[in-house]
Amino acid sequence: MNVNYIFSLLSVIVLFLLAYVGVEAAGFQILFGVIIPYLAIITFIAGFIYRVLNWARSPVPFRIPSTCGQQKSLSWIKPARIDNPSTKMGVVIRMILEVLFFRSLFRNTKCQLKEGDKLSYEWEKWLWLGAIAFHWSFLTVVIRHFRFFIDPVPSCLQLLEKVDGFLQVGLPGVLFSGIVLLAAVIFLFLRRVFIPQVRYVSLASDFFPLFLIIGVAISGILMRHFTKVDVIGVKELTMGLVTFRPKIPSDVGSAFYVHLFFVSVLMAYFPFSKLLHLGGIFMSPTRNLANNSRRIRHINPWNYPVEVHTYEQYEDEFREKMVEVGLPVEKEIAPTISEEKE
Amino acid sequence: MPDDLFKSDELLSKLDPTPPQTGWMDTPVQIRKGMYCYASNPKSVEYVGLPNARAWNPLDDDWKLPENWEEIIFEGFRERLDRFRSFKVFMDICVRCGACADKCHSFIGTGDPKNMPVLRAELLRSVYRKDFTTAGKILGKLAGSRKLTLDVLKEWWYYFFQCTECRRCSVFCPFGIDTAEITMMARELFNLLGLNIDWIATPVANCYRTGNHLGIQPHAFKDMLDFFVDDIEDITGVHVEPSFNKKGADILFITPSSDIFADPGTYTTMGYLILFHFLKEQYGFDITWSTYASEGGNFGSFTSHETMKRLNSKMYAEAQRLGVKWILGGECGHMWRVIHQYMDTMNGPADFLAEPVSPITGTKFENAKATKVVHITEFTADLIKQGKLDLNPGRNDHLRVTYHDSCNTSRGMGLLDEPRYIIKNTCKNFYEMPRNTIREQTFCCGSGSGLNAGENMELRMAGSLPRANAVKYVHEKHDVNMLACICAIDRAALSVAMEYWVPDVDVTGVHELVGNALNLSGQNERTTDLRSEPIPGLEGDDGE
Ligand code: SF4
Ligand code: SF4
Repeated sequence: MNVNYIFSLLSVIVLFLLAYVGVEAAGFQILFGVIIPYLAIITFIAGFIYRVLNWARSPVPFRIPSTCGQQKSLSWIKPARIDNPSTKMGVVIRMILEVLFFRSLFRNTKCQLKEGDKLSYEWEKWLWLGAIAFHWSFLTVVIRHFRFFIDPVPSCLQLLEKVDGFLQVGLPGVLFSGIVLLAAVIFLFLRRVFIPQVRYVSLASDFFPLFLIIGVAISGILMRHFTKVDVIGVKELTMGLVTFRPKIPSDVGSAFYVHLFFVSVLMAYFPFSKLLHLGGIFMSPTRNLANNSRRIRHINPWNYPVEVHTYEQYEDEFREKMVEVGLPVEKEIAPTISEEKE
Repeated sequence: MPDDLFKSDELLSKLDPTPPQTGWMDTPVQIRKGMYCYASNPKSVEYVGLPNARAWNPLDDDWKLPENWEEIIFEGFRERLDRFRSFKVFMDICVRCGACADKCHSFIGTGDPKNMPVLRAELLRSVYRKDFTTAGKILGKLAGSRKLTLDVLKEWWYYFFQCTECRRCSVFCPFGIDTAEITMMARELFNLLGLNIDWIATPVANCYRTGNHLGIQPHAFKDMLDFFVDDIEDITGVHVEPSFNKKGADILFITPSSDIFADPGTYTTMGYLILFHFLKEQYGFDITWSTYASEGGNFGSFTSHETMKRLNSKMYAEAQRLGVKWILGGECGHMWRVIHQYMDTMNGPADFLAEPVSPITGTKFENAKATKVVHITEFTADLIKQGKLDLNPGRNDHLRVTYHDSCNTSRGMGLLDEPRYIIKNTCKNFYEMPRNTIREQTFCCGSGSGLNAGENMELRMAGSLPRANAVKYVHEKHDVNMLACICAIDRAALSVAMEYWVPDVDVTGVHELVGNALNLSGQNERTTDLRSEPIPGLEGDDGE
């Protein structure tokens, strides 16, 4: 057992109890339904902006892209325009591939020692697949939820929900994205626990968001399929939030408040944790710069003059020896010295 | 090779990547013989005016640090976070997915979890969280933060001098987190406390004073090249005449000094001399060597950005003094990372130089338009493509060659196909190593970033395992007997690594192959190669 994930699991359980008891027993609907969500969203937006601006405050003094393919040099050598971009366009495509399709993670290999003395590197697609499944389903779920904040629900969202529900089982229909999200999160958790190296580097702050998202997903699924939450009531509340006329409908169950509380915690936690890799990936100087530093001069804003050893100092020290072997010098040796030598 | 070093099969069999039972924060560092480099010589530190020059020993309890060393680190950390967005972002966004873990030769070869790039970075990050993040301050260990103590500092030192700044991890990281960049910052911090290793500090001091890492003084530099001139005359029957410090030459040539000093790099230097002679005879090519800028490599880059800049300033200063049009750079790895990604920004603008154009083919090197330094394989590949060289690859027929991409030129530049083109045109038997071990995924020689000392041989040999293993694969499959590379450290390091792991394979520079293949007017039968070894099949006849 590992203190890191026990602690994270316990924290999520405590969060659950807080919301559940808070609503069921203490009747803090306004706190959990209005105040905390508002605070969370403010924290999320302000925190996100603050962190990104804070990164942006530090300059990028040197162009240090990791070049992952042939450079652009001689006209007859084919450059890798995307993996080693020399133009802005190339960089944009490289970034799109990174952000949307996790290009670098796609390269992942697994190194193993075989037959005692042969290293092999197999393509390791599971992490990539798990990550893709997780992020895309998460995005789908987030977008899907916009129907609670827009009235009337735009047709594109209705379409999305239709596609997402293509499985056509259950009523209300099981949504594919929710299932995938839960499965992917569990996969990411299990790999963190079972791959020894990954477990070894994992912190409590790596497990906490996983449990939290599991909590979000489970409470969401419970609400939709088991406690059968009053969707009209929920929408009343959410529309109240976005129109700044918050109101607490009478009959939404506590599962909803738990769900909303988990999401609030996730949002507030987001900017101050590793989850901010969402913003960071755009700022990574090894990915978002063109490899053109020999072709175009790049300025370091804090470049300062340094002490150097000049040619004059060098020649002053070695002049005699240089003259002796016939190396050209700037200043001839003073006659007295050369006379002495002769 | 030290006597007490394990044999290669022992090293392999004791390899165990299972992490220890205790968590990494609770596993104290043990600085072990064979895995670390000796401390910097105070004279060298003093010569370049870096702080806290004193004799010290990493194995001692007392590292003789300045009284307020914690404060120095804290301030140094803060300053670097403010100066380098890379550092700040990389401190914040790692998700510990572990994709980088088994990409590092240092981890693959030692099995030590603190050599996983992610954990190497966490060593520093843990203190960053404590000092610079609120969560880290409040939650402590739960947020993965810890206080900087002397033991933590020692752990940093030990492991950041086991990273060769190869950047292989950064290719696989979904956010491009480059542990090499983090290592560079860590080493800057060490230098604020006088904690460099001598294998870096002394070359830096030498380079500052004499122009090159080895401390070769101008007259000796010329003598050494003259020595190659004699060898070339013996081997080819042709007398070549390099120019030194020649004002008004067209081009200045700069290459790492270790190729002038140690085999097999010396044969690459002979290759350059032969090439330049050929071009001079045929096309009036006018190039000069410099004794002042007699070093391409830059061990300053393993010390701090500032030291890198101080040493590198010689290149432009000398080019300006001599009045050349542009600079041609020889085969070297980290020299090219510096030239390609840093030089113009640090030492430029070089507006006293002209945009580089090959005087022989007229090719414009557009890609080097601003920095005005051309890589010799770009230059030579162009010559071959335009049919300007008279090559007889037959003289390399006995070689079965594979090619090692050096880390810096592949992941910090993307120079991949130019050298391959030259190799394919100078010898007929060329075999690639497996795809996951070449090009941008190439494995380090294990001795980069100033770690090619003698006292850390176990670390070096462990680090060279993935590279050597891939060479062994092509050696067994295709009978490969020659490993070509374009890096001076590789030539020194891989020779030892081959001796250790794949003894039947030798190491060569790409321009040694060129030197062997290039026909010179007035040459003799050329029955020996540049190593003065008889060429099989050519003994007694004059080839084709
Ligand atoms: S691959 Fe990148 S994000 Fe993943 S553990 Fe390594 S450094 Fe961190
Ligand atoms: S830069 Fe190279 S040596 Fe350093 S951590 Fe990354 S892979 Fe390992």
